[in-house]
Amino acid sequence: MNEETKPFEPTIIGFTCNWCSYRAADMAGTARMKYSPNVRLIRLMCSGRFDPTFAFQAFANGADGVLVSGCHPGDCHYINQNYKMLRRFHLMKRVLKQMGIEPGRIKLLWASAAEGAIFADEINKFVEQVRELGPLNWKENIIAIEQPMLEEVAV
Amino acid sequence: MKTEKIPQQRIGVYVCHCGSNIAGMVDVDDVSQWAGKELAQDGVVISRDYKFMCSSLGQELIEKDIKEHELTRVVVGACSPHLHEATFRTACARADLNPYLCELVSIREQVSWVHTDKQAATEKSKAIIAGGVRRVVHHEPLEPLHVPIHPASLVVGGGIAGIQAALEIANAGYPVYLVEREPTIGGHMAQFDKTFPTLDCSACILTPRMVEAGNHPNITLLTYSEVEKVDGYVGNFVVSIRKRARSVKEDLCTGCGVCWEKCPKKVIDDVFEAGLGYRKAVYTPFPQAVPKYPVIDRENCTYYQKGTCKACEKFCPTGAIDFAQEDQMITVEVGNIILATGWQLFDPRRIHNYGYGRLANVFSSLEFERLSNAAGPTSGNVVLRDGKTVPKSVAIVHCVGSRDKKYNSYCSSICCMQSLKFAHLVEEKTGATVYNCYIDIRTPGKGYDEFYQRLLEEGTHFIRGKVAEITDAGRTTDEEGKIIVQVEDTLIGKQRRLPVDMVILSAGLEPQPDAKEVAKKFGISCSADGWYIERHPKLDPVATMTEGIYLAGCVQGPKDIPASVAQGAAAAARVIGKIQQKEIALEPVRATINEDQCSGCRICNDLCPFNAILFHEDRMVSEVNPALCQGCGTCVAACPAGAISGTGFSNEQILSQVEGLLMVNLSKEAAISQG
Repeated sequence: MNEETKPFEPTIIGFTCNWCSYRAADMAGTARMKYSPNVRLIRLMCSGRFDPTFAFQAFANGADGVLVSGCHPGDCHYINQNYKMLRRFHLMKRVLKQMGIEPGRIKLLWASAAEGAIFADEINKFVEQVRELGPLNWKENIIAIEQPMLEEVAV
Repeated sequence: MKTEKIPQQRIGVYVCHCGSNIAGMVDVDDVSQWAGKELAQDGVVISRDYKFMCSSLGQELIEKDIKEHELTRVVVGACSPHLHEATFRTACARADLNPYLCELVSIREQVSWVHTDKQAATEKSKAIIAGGVRRVVHHEPLEPLHVPIHPASLVVGGGIAGIQAALEIANAGYPVYLVEREPTIGGHMAQFDKTFPTLDCSACILTPRMVEAGNHPNITLLTYSEVEKVDGYVGNFVVSIRKRARSVKEDLCTGCGVCWEKCPKKVIDDVFEAGLGYRKAVYTPFPQAVPKYPVIDRENCTYYQKGTCKACEKFCPTGAIDFAQEDQMITVEVGNIILATGWQLFDPRRIHNYGYGRLANVFSSLEFERLSNAAGPTSGNVVLRDGKTVPKSVAIVHCVGSRDKKYNSYCSSICCMQSLKFAHLVEEKTGATVYNCYIDIRTPGKGYDEFYQRLLEEGTHFIRGKVAEITDAGRTTDEEGKIIVQVEDTLIGKQRRLPVDMVILSAGLEPQPDAKEVAKKFGISCSADGWYIERHPKLDPVATMTEGIYLAGCVQGPKDIPASVAQGAAAAARVIGKIQQKEIALEPVRATINEDQCSGCRICNDLCPFNAILFHEDRMVSEVNPALCQGCGTCVAACPAGAISGTGFSNEQILSQVEGLLMVNLSKEAAISQG
């Protein structure tokens, strides 16, 4: 198999909350539900802890996609903090778009502790979606665009 | 930049084989060697793999290394932190390393169990270990927060599981609040006639427990009440309970029963009598109700609806009727909560072809319980809906709404035994021919299969097949005026039409209709079916993921009476254990605000759902109250000045973990190995 035919393997960083989505990942594991190995998870206590800086850091360090996952709306362990993440998520989506990062590279996933199958399934879909988009190459693509923009602002 | 601030750490990395659970899919040897070499610059001084890190030998290995190699941080790549985080933290603590300087990363649930490509799984494991190493550098030594445990407990739901739990705690000498929505405790068990397989009279074994709970000096019974709000956390919950107005003064009422004798308003009792019998507008659900005080059902009472009547007030010998009584809000402080809110019956109307609600003589299982109960509307005579005709043939349909993808795919676990009990009671009381239409007979309890054998000997007919239709449209003269049960007898491979006088639908168990809202109120989670999720399905079926909240009875999943009682007692044992510890150690995951950096913008103030952030007007800075903070971290992410730090989940920790996770790039590694 040569380089041409080998599919692009995206690297995705996922942020999960401790109570629902991380548990969904645990459940997918316990039930041996198979999914793509492209997603690497970070556990937060709550999706409300998600700071868009984390996504920027991930993209800047070579991630091709970012997944943010929390409890279903209304099911948050901390009452309603996932709604607060939701606001940031949409704002972040706009900012990333302005930077030239396709909105398809970030995904929001609600998963309850019982939804291991949904979690695995959605990860597979997201990996395929990012695979379609191809490598992000932040350093080559994004930084290069960013410089003239910064100069414009300065002028 | 960051590494300058932090002194060089000495990190130990431990990769667990977990037998073949991890080693079967991940090249653990490669991972540990890679970590020892490539992560040396991050401070890794020793990297090992071992068959079972969680075994005592595995733990001793870590302890020995901490001492010999003067480790300052430990990273274990093994199972989910939800399983063994405490194990490895304790091991570190034994070697005098602060337990919070240990990080457990999951390469089992998130790698070996879910991936099929060994190379990719190995690379992902390396990335996860690298993430853990980069993260652990920024860990700080922490001390758990110790909070006192309030000695009182709350039990929600006064069925047999709740009663058992309340009695156990009360007998251990601690106060219990037992909250029940209905006017009496007892739950579904009070409705039953006999209990399988011993055929004990249900009321005879239940009512002594009810009376004991009602009279116990340590139990505060709050019937006709519902929990409205739960604040606080383990050890210190503050619960608001609405005690609905009974319209009866409990201190004056003697429970003599004159009020309901004189009440002119008859109401169909669709709760206790399952719609088969009547009660009055002022009533107690049944004679042995605990407490004995009746309630006035305001929706049906003539006085509340039309403004005149007051017959009960006129005849009450003690003047206990109080039409002006209002709902009372009670606030209690408790340390632990047991949820035993039970189940509801699957509504057989949903299966239209079974004719329930359309064909008079198709009964639900709860209706039959009342029908055969000596204290029920027919005084225990098994008769048709007309109230007099004794059936000559009866069909019992198993698995109604259970083991059916259209309704509930789970097995309700009690219906087989319940149906066998019905078959026995019908034969005993009427001598009718009984057909049991089942999919599989499941009798896994003590004495259960013996009961099945007994039924087989008694001559009950067993037909293995799922009932297709129940109809009154007869095709032959034999079927005229009968109910016909159409079923495929899979053992003889033939369609059968059974003309019977009565059909009993052994309906399944479902979560309470408001189970989801109640779960939300208490901050616990439901499965997709609506049953509450236990902490661990095998090893902790009693606790929930929320500290201080426990489960008992069918609220966790369908189960029979002995299992409910056992779980009630088990939950109580856990609560008693917690109370006796007097205080509990909580994860020190809390937010703190650096006052020097705080600009006083107050953005965080409104974000906190626990009102844990207070604002000092004088100094124009916000401060987190650690007793109220639950550690979600939302304020940390929101602070525009970066003045709030989240213990255990600081920006440095997470950003470094991101860096670590991306050290190993899948496509690049794959390309290298291909080359």
